[in-house]
Amino acid sequence: MMFSAAAAALLTALALVVVRAIRGPSVFDRVLAGNTVGTLAILLLAVIGFLTGRPEFLDIGLTYGLLNLISTLAVLKFFRHGDLAYDPSEEAGS
Amino acid sequence: MIALALDVLSGILIAAGAFFVVVGALGLLRMPELFTRMHAASVIDTMGAGLLILGMMLQTGFDLVTLKLFFIAALFFFTAPVVTHALAQAALHEGINPALTEDRRVADDPRGRRR
Repeated sequence: MMFSAAAAALLTALALVVVRAIRGPSVFDRVLAGNTVGTLAILLLAVIGFLTGRPEFLDIGLTYGLLNLISTLAVLKFFRHGDLAYDPSEEAGS
Repeated sequence: MIALALDVLSGILIAAGAFFVVVGALGLLRMPELFTRMHAASVIDTMGAGLLILGMMLQTGFDLVTLKLFFIAALFFFTAPVVTHALAQAALHEGINPALTEDRRVADDPRGRRR
């Protein structure tokens, strides 16, 4: 009962965050919305795992959390430096 | 008796977590510019995720599931500030500055304006 309410709240929040991801306006708003979608997806996975009595879903959530961190940082690095292999030591005084 | 109390407590925690998740998402949608939106998104990462995971921890006994939930909570605890910091640094580097009240009348920058 409580888990169904939590799942409904998480789905509502996901819909609102996806609207923000579509509307933008800057690329950083979209990255922020994408990261939040990842967070909400992990929570939704955990809640659905409890709802259906299959806590194995937590492993998927853990993996997804690690992937979410790496992908967000990679996208940010790409948009900041225009290059995924950017090395700050090559550029003096930056 | 103790099982019932734990059930009620975890129900309250999960309801509070669901509330904070919806509030954070509403803030992410409604806030006027990037930095205030990041502030709203951090509500989801701390209060929403924290309370939901704490409530789920109370539903199980102390077993492997509790440990996995603890790891997810620890992951959020460490990665959310890292991502927020990287995002703010990248945005500032790109020239997006926090909108101040004295700038609002000028409003020549469409990225910082309410829409």
